[in-house]
Amino acid sequence: MPRSNATAGIGGADTRPPLAIGIALSRLLPKTSEAGLKTAHFSKPGLAVALLAPQLLILLFFFFIPSYKALSLAFVQVDPFGAREIFVGFANFAQLLGSPDYRQSVFFTLWFTVIQAVVTIALALLFAFATDFVIRGRGLYKSVILMPYAIAPVISGVLWAFLFNPAVGPLAQFIQSLGIPWDPNRRPFDAQLLVIVASVWKHICYDYIFLVAALLAVPQSLLEAAKLDGARPVRRFFTISLPLVTPTIFFLMVMNVVYGLFETFGIIDAVTRGGPAGATNTLVYKVYQDGFVQLNLGSSAAQSVILMIIAILFTVLQFRALERRVNYQV
Amino acid sequence: MIERNLGLTIFCHTVLLLGAAAVCLPLYFAFVAGSLTLQEVQQTPFPWVPGTHFLDNIATAWNQGNFSRLYINSLIVTIGIVVGKLTISLIAAFAITYFRFPFRMTAFWLIFVSLMLPVEVRIIPTYEAVADAAGPLRWFADITGISWLVGSVTGYQLEAALQWNMVNTYSGLILPLIASASATFLFRQFFLTVPEELCEAARLDGAGPVKFFLDILLPLSRANIAALSIILFIYGWNQYLWPLLFTTDAEMQTAILGLKHLVPVSDAEPAWNIAMSAAFFVMLPPAVIILLMQRWFTKGLVDSGK
Repeated sequence: MPRSNATAGIGGADTRPPLAIGIALSRLLPKTSEAGLKTAHFSKPGLAVALLAPQLLILLFFFFIPSYKALSLAFVQVDPFGAREIFVGFANFAQLLGSPDYRQSVFFTLWFTVIQAVVTIALALLFAFATDFVIRGRGLYKSVILMPYAIAPVISGVLWAFLFNPAVGPLAQFIQSLGIPWDPNRRPFDAQLLVIVASVWKHICYDYIFLVAALLAVPQSLLEAAKLDGARPVRRFFTISLPLVTPTIFFLMVMNVVYGLFETFGIIDAVTRGGPAGATNTLVYKVYQDGFVQLNLGSSAAQSVILMIIAILFTVLQFRALERRVNYQV
Repeated sequence: MIERNLGLTIFCHTVLLLGAAAVCLPLYFAFVAGSLTLQEVQQTPFPWVPGTHFLDNIATAWNQGNFSRLYINSLIVTIGIVVGKLTISLIAAFAITYFRFPFRMTAFWLIFVSLMLPVEVRIIPTYEAVADAAGPLRWFADITGISWLVGSVTGYQLEAALQWNMVNTYSGLILPLIASASATFLFRQFFLTVPEELCEAARLDGAGPVKFFLDILLPLSRANIAALSIILFIYGWNQYLWPLLFTTDAEMQTAILGLKHLVPVSDAEPAWNIAMSAAFFVMLPPAVIILLMQRWFTKGLVDSGK
């Protein structure tokens, strides 16, 4: 991890304009042809190429060619028999952005991702703070709260689909016994709530691991100084620990959004299959639905391209966050 | 920091107990459901005490879902992903950091760019790439006239020979998932922190690159390799979208897919007891790994920052 970029001051607003993201990226990455090369190195080009070949070949076949195809497919229309491809320019995109289904999907994905990210980080912070404070049983709490990391998103979805199944689920029975109607198979809001709960449950552990590590790294000397000045534990947390872990929080927010956008496919598929009536159709689930179930390749490819743009944006953000995460190492 | 605040201690323990309960309760209910008969699982209210049929249900689920086969598939695919990705990225990172050769930066950027697009956003083209892995070769042979040359000289149809469909094969399940450079990037970052003196000393003693890599660099990377293996094992075992697309043959499916097929759909008999007991043995391998190697795993995850 590079340490040579302690630019943003503690708590100080970063004055760089957003367009400087590229500069931030380039600082993390080598610029000259010598950069990232050990001073003591070998010069056997043949061997180097042989060592690199497997990685580059796999990337070529399963990354570059598919990505190029996705791009080119987005601008053509394939006739139903797959015989001909007609160049249609931006027609796929225009059709997509005009369709109410897609707008509904964008809208749901947006608020689903934001709520999921915020709730996850808030709960993880609460647990991490408590873990940092208690002494007895710390290891046990950690092991238990970490467990969902091992559980596949789709299994998390199956578990919650069962718990809230309107016919047999124990928690659904509890809700219904309170007189509240509950049926995620018919009521859109119930389905959306269930998807959020399952996603948050699966992802808290990730944020928790990072926050526990970050809180552990807060220098004891600062906390003790604050204590001598009479600051109580909660106040110390908000005035010292929290500002010091903000880079981690920022990084985790980016990761949470990436998780919400791209990795919740299994949960959606297990809990609601995008229903009822498309109420839980996230953008990634819609690519799968339109491409593999409806076989609308042009539209699906156009959606892929939009997702690619979002993904690139978030990778840049993620690296920026990674860069800031190391700033406060004392 | 000797000062303890009783009220806050109690509050923190309550918060953590609630958190632990929120993690355990769904698993406990799943266990109860997995131990009931089909009639019992449909009763209201849902019982709090487990029944006696857990092992029966596990046996039923195991046979019904053909898990003897699916479990082996999952193990092969997962180990393939772990070993394949580690090997490829270790040697690629070694080449990038320890060798001077033309187009070194180009290679680095080609690898780095692949961090940008998660597999989920290029579902359909990757499916095509797997279903027709030789497609680009055919295209290349066509463009360069090799196929015409071969065809006219030997009468051999190169077009027909260059067919390679990876749907329903282990390589089709493994290769697309290791086509990302996250591990390469991680090892590169680690190699940059290795002291320069080690390589100088090794070269003075007459060690070539291969010997240096095997005898010095690999042992130094042991902790990173262990941590990354755990993360990759969980990643590989828990894959759902790719096996769902790439396997049409029931014999080639993975354990996660097998579980998904046992989950009752709305009109079928609600055999949740079978599905829930199956969930336990499907999530067993990653759960055991995480419990046994928690320290390695948390360190590795925080270090890799991904």
